[in-house]
Amino acid sequence: MAILEARGIVRTYGQVVALDEADFTVEAGEVTALIGDNGAGKSTMIKILSGTEQPEGGTILFKGKEVKLSKPADARNLGIETVFQDLALCPHLDAVNNLYLGREVKRKGLLGALGFMNRKEMKEGSVGAFSELGATVRTLTEPVGSMSGGQKQSIAVARSASWANEIIFLDEPTAALGVVQTKNVLEMVKRVRDRGIGVVFISHSMPEVLQVSDRVQVMRRGRRVAVYKTSETSLEELVGTMTGALDEEVA
Amino acid sequence: MSAQTALAHELLDTPRMSVWRRLSRVQAAQIVIVLVVLCVIFSIMAPDAFPTVFNLRSIILNTSIFAVLGVGATLVIITAGIDLSIGSVLVFSSVIGAQVMGAMGAQGWGAALAGTIASIAAGAVWGLINGLLVAKAKVPAFIVTLGTLGAALGLAQVITGGIDLYEIPTVLVDTVGFGNVFAEVPTLTVIAAAICVLGGILLHKTRFGLYTYAVGSNPEACRRVGINVDRQLIGVYVISGTTAGIAGILSVAYFQQTTIGGNSMTALTVIAGVVIGGTSLFGGIGTIFGTVIGLLIPVMLQAGFIIIGVQAYWQGVVVGMFLIGAVYLDGVRRARAFKGSGKKSKPLQVGGLTLRGKEKEG
Ligand SMILES: Nc1ncnc2c1ncn2[C@@H]1O[C@H](COP(=O)(O)OP(=O)(O)OP(=O)(O)O)[C@@H](O)[C@H]1O
Ligand SMILES: [Mg+2]
Repeated sequence: MAILEARGIVRTYGQVVALDEADFTVEAGEVTALIGDNGAGKSTMIKILSGTEQPEGGTILFKGKEVKLSKPADARNLGIETVFQDLALCPHLDAVNNLYLGREVKRKGLLGALGFMNRKEMKEGSVGAFSELGATVRTLTEPVGSMSGGQKQSIAVARSASWANEIIFLDEPTAALGVVQTKNVLEMVKRVRDRGIGVVFISHSMPEVLQVSDRVQVMRRGRRVAVYKTSETSLEELVGTMTGALDEEVA
Repeated sequence: MSAQTALAHELLDTPRMSVWRRLSRVQAAQIVIVLVVLCVIFSIMAPDAFPTVFNLRSIILNTSIFAVLGVGATLVIITAGIDLSIGSVLVFSSVIGAQVMGAMGAQGWGAALAGTIASIAAGAVWGLINGLLVAKAKVPAFIVTLGTLGAALGLAQVITGGIDLYEIPTVLVDTVGFGNVFAEVPTLTVIAAAICVLGGILLHKTRFGLYTYAVGSNPEACRRVGINVDRQLIGVYVISGTTAGIAGILSVAYFQQTTIGGNSMTALTVIAGVVIGGTSLFGGIGTIFGTVIGLLIPVMLQAGFIIIGVQAYWQGVVVGMFLIGAVYLDGVRRARAFKGSGKKSKPLQVGGLTLRGKEKEG
């Protein structure tokens, strides 16, 4: 059974219908690629499923039960984490503080009650998280704003991966990355999946999609138009569905 | 697996930057050098008058009240905000404090204590008003605090009819205003130093401090991880109002009167000190230590100019140049620190579809 299922989601921005009764499903221990042309509604779908945007219609089921995700915390409490297209890191903070942002480990006793943090424990936790995912972060104590795009991406992925225990959404995690960094992120994606977590992966790169995903869901003009098993599809089929050339066959 | 452990080791073993390298990257360290140079120049030009205990004591004393204001101002500026109202809030709080003390007979520790509490509370209320308007009503901080700058001063004048209050308990003046804790160490300065240390601990060691930086760095990222950005901003403005309230009662103790007409430049002096000390107007960067050093510059210039016989008005000119220079350097540093993020390799894309894989990274 799917961990997360979205049915008939509607979302408009003024005149633009970003999602037009779109469906979407996430399975545990699987990498689901979400593909579609620019403006197809992929990011909007992820924002709704992570509680940052509100749908105007449709239902969301988590493990078969209907849920309302009215704020990001609602999704996070269910074990759903998201790496947004813009990463949402604090450039002036270091990797440790970014990884633990909003979930700082407090000291024990009175000091903790006064808001003092256990920096040592957070640092060790960060080392664990980064090395488990093979992240290429070279320093924990420099502001992340001065790091390369790939390193920032690793930090954002590691942050979400270390808190997610059900689902992780990755919105174009490899856009703007070089060959080596892309490979690293894809490795991280597989490792997260192997922990039994449902991974949703948005990408415009078909080779990547075919390489890393177990299933592909295709969106076009605000609707999900097809679901394929990666092992049973091809580049031509995916591109054809995305652009609408294969409409007849899918319907 | 071995690759992972190797990485873990590499991360944990990351050599700590040498203390000196760390310091040299902080603007405050450069300002310390400027301060020392100024000190040396003035001492050479006026060897009998400048490097004296009396002169140093008065420089430190004159910095003390500014430093208290600077704690709140630093926090606000780290959130990428601004609080122009602190001088007026200082006046308003001191008026409220003096009124309460006057109503209680203007003598004894009872009156002094009640006046202190009233003054601090009055400052906190103005901070709360600023914070609510900035965080909840989403009015730009510049406008909100420009408004309360006028409002707090105006109300202080309405309450007093524009005439300063002089009924200040002698105990307060003798201990806090003029007293020494020991030798030539003024009580006022010790109080100010304690507040700066507390502010530094709050900012650099606690979660509240971390969130202050985080909100100034990327408020949207904070919202996404569930940090209550509005509450953080309100808290920071309340602290700024509170430190202005504390400065209000200290100022009353020091001058033995309220100073309704004497604080029109206070906020700008403090903000200049904060910025000269390395706190970024763009948010996310700053230290209390830097602020204290940054505030010593204008005070020392003023003292030095008077002693060597330069018209004290030049102080404003020089501080203005320092301020502009500091903001310029901040911009240069930002550009340098964050240039790495702009390095992107462009994959070949048509209509959002990657036809060819990523190019080799540059
Ligand atoms: N905040 C917004 N305000 C107005 N319109 C929006 C907003 N967010 C999305 N849209 C519109 O909704 C549609 C879907 O956008 P969305 O970002 O979900 O597309 P996408 O599939 O993620 O595209 P891309 O591949 O370019 O990231 C687009 O037409 C977009 O212009
Ligand atoms: Mg998108």
